[in-house]
Amino acid sequence: MDALNFVFPNDLHVHWSMMIVLYPYLTGLVDGSFIVAALYYVFGVKSLKPISRFSLVFALAFLSCAMFPLLMHLGRPERNHNMMITPSPTSAMSGAGFIFTVAIVLIGLIVLLVYRPTLVKLRLKTKGIMNILYRVLTMDSTNLSPESLELDRKIIKFLVAIGIPVATVLHGYVGFLFGGVKANPSWSTPLMPVIFLFSACVSGISALVLAYIVIKKLSNQPVDLGCVRTCINILAGFFILAFSFEMLEVFSHSYLRTWYHHAVEGLLNGPLFYSFWVWQVGICSLLPLLLLGWLCLFKLKASMFKFFAAAVSIMLLLQVLLMRWNVVIGGQLMSKSTRGYTQFHPEWFDKEGIITVIVLMSLPFIVLFIMSKIFPLWLEEEKAPS
Amino acid sequence: MGKPDAELDKERRAFIKKVLNGAIAGSLLLVIPMPIGAATEEIPEQIPGIRGKKWDMSHQRFAFIVDITRCIGCGSCCVADRREFNVPDGYYRTWVERYLKDFESEVYVDSPHGGFDGYQSPRTDVEVEVRDTFFVPKLCNMCKEPPCVQVCPVGATFKTPDGFILVDPKRCVGCAYCIQACPYSARYLDPVTRTAEKCTWCYHRVRKGLLPACVNVCPTGARKFGDLNDKNSEVYKLLHEHEVLTVLKKDMGTYPALYYKGLRREVV
Repeated sequence: MDALNFVFPNDLHVHWSMMIVLYPYLTGLVDGSFIVAALYYVFGVKSLKPISRFSLVFALAFLSCAMFPLLMHLGRPERNHNMMITPSPTSAMSGAGFIFTVAIVLIGLIVLLVYRPTLVKLRLKTKGIMNILYRVLTMDSTNLSPESLELDRKIIKFLVAIGIPVATVLHGYVGFLFGGVKANPSWSTPLMPVIFLFSACVSGISALVLAYIVIKKLSNQPVDLGCVRTCINILAGFFILAFSFEMLEVFSHSYLRTWYHHAVEGLLNGPLFYSFWVWQVGICSLLPLLLLGWLCLFKLKASMFKFFAAAVSIMLLLQVLLMRWNVVIGGQLMSKSTRGYTQFHPEWFDKEGIITVIVLMSLPFIVLFIMSKIFPLWLEEEKAPS
Repeated sequence: MGKPDAELDKERRAFIKKVLNGAIAGSLLLVIPMPIGAATEEIPEQIPGIRGKKWDMSHQRFAFIVDITRCIGCGSCCVADRREFNVPDGYYRTWVERYLKDFESEVYVDSPHGGFDGYQSPRTDVEVEVRDTFFVPKLCNMCKEPPCVQVCPVGATFKTPDGFILVDPKRCVGCAYCIQACPYSARYLDPVTRTAEKCTWCYHRVRKGLLPACVNVCPTGARKFGDLNDKNSEVYKLLHEHEVLTVLKKDMGTYPALYYKGLRREVV
């Protein structure tokens, strides 16, 4: 078999490695958590109120770190501004900076407006640096009249409504970066943006559910079961869509049996057999699908429900990470000679190595922790001291 | 006996003078730079219609033809390329693939070190009866619709009016999107400059009327290069004769300017 394996000499290197796995993963988490905020602020899903503010701060924390993997990946990161000042309109990638900027400004504004009443109260309570910070964040306004709050509500609804297409573009676009590469048969499919988008929603909602349950457990606060139930229902819906599209992509091509299928078949059944079929499809998709069905359709005890909701969330977070891995790195394992596969060995101390991944994955949590000191994550916290 | 000695001394002095003169003149030649252009003028023009003409990039339409039936897999082209561009080890602007076919029509391909060392001995890891074998040199296809230019987010990869696809190393951000987009895997990320690199068809030579380095050294004429607007060029004649010429990965819709003569269907 080895004698038949032929990789083009320049294909031995996997040029897009773990940083490019991480980037769509982080933006995906942003997208998913923003969807939860949108469901509450635009579509009026009242049961999501307990995590509505948390979802926004969570999205902002992760979005603020989403560009670091890209910078780590660039060969010449000091030239990254060229993407903004000399954009090439034919390139899918040239929009990255602009879309990212719009998204972070928008989510930042939404957070400031949503938190305005809280920030005004905190401003009046605090002294020193924190007081200055709150004055800046409230733009030195203490107006909390019913009219101004009503105006805030309208602006928030409008901004979140704009945020939906922005978040969709932010992540659908990441999918298109891959879907638009015709040279790689495992990437070039119009379904790629759709798959990326739905899996982003899955990962973001899972992350919120998990973070909510864990933080509440650790701080000995009650978990709002109605909120988690709604999240799990929404999660099930998005996951059915995401998984269906992922499988549709594979099965429609295996039925059409074109050259495309013959090229990708060897990849999925060969080097990606364990990471795709066993882990992504089997353990992390079919199992959570059954669990989600069980959680949604049957009445469970509260403790059981919380435990399995957290377990499903972990599995789905892993599923989406595996999906990114299998698309980004898996897709590059197949040489463009379509006659063989290269190998990928992650290194610990590389610029794009495992240590970097750990650091970059910890960063959003550190940012989230710092932000939680400025923006109280939970409504109860705010009520308790006052 | 004194006279001959004196004459001998004179001859010695004359000889030493000549040697010294020669040495000084020789050293001066090394020190004083030669006028620019003199060096290239000495090499006869290899592509007619470029030297001494008004600079007009859109005047020529270049094409590259690789004749599979002539390639002997000597690797000279790869050596010339590596010397011309100081290509780092493990990366390839051009390479030569070796194809083997057995009687079951199974195809075995390899390209150790990109064919740089030449294929001097048969493959040892294939224990089949070989029915047929041939070599396929690969390089940048200089597509008319280049996906690498399309995807470059900063315009560092661009197409010149005479059809060359080049990379501006001062502008490239090293995102490697072009490497993903190239269906021929002709690009790599230079480990030293951390920018994208690829075969240029020796643009710097061509614009001085010289053939690309690989074409220049090919001992069998398997690599051909010329201007399609020049009806006397070999490439024009080949493309307008009844030869079987084809391009790689036609379905990609990239319209390469690199053509292959006698290309087998097994070649990707």
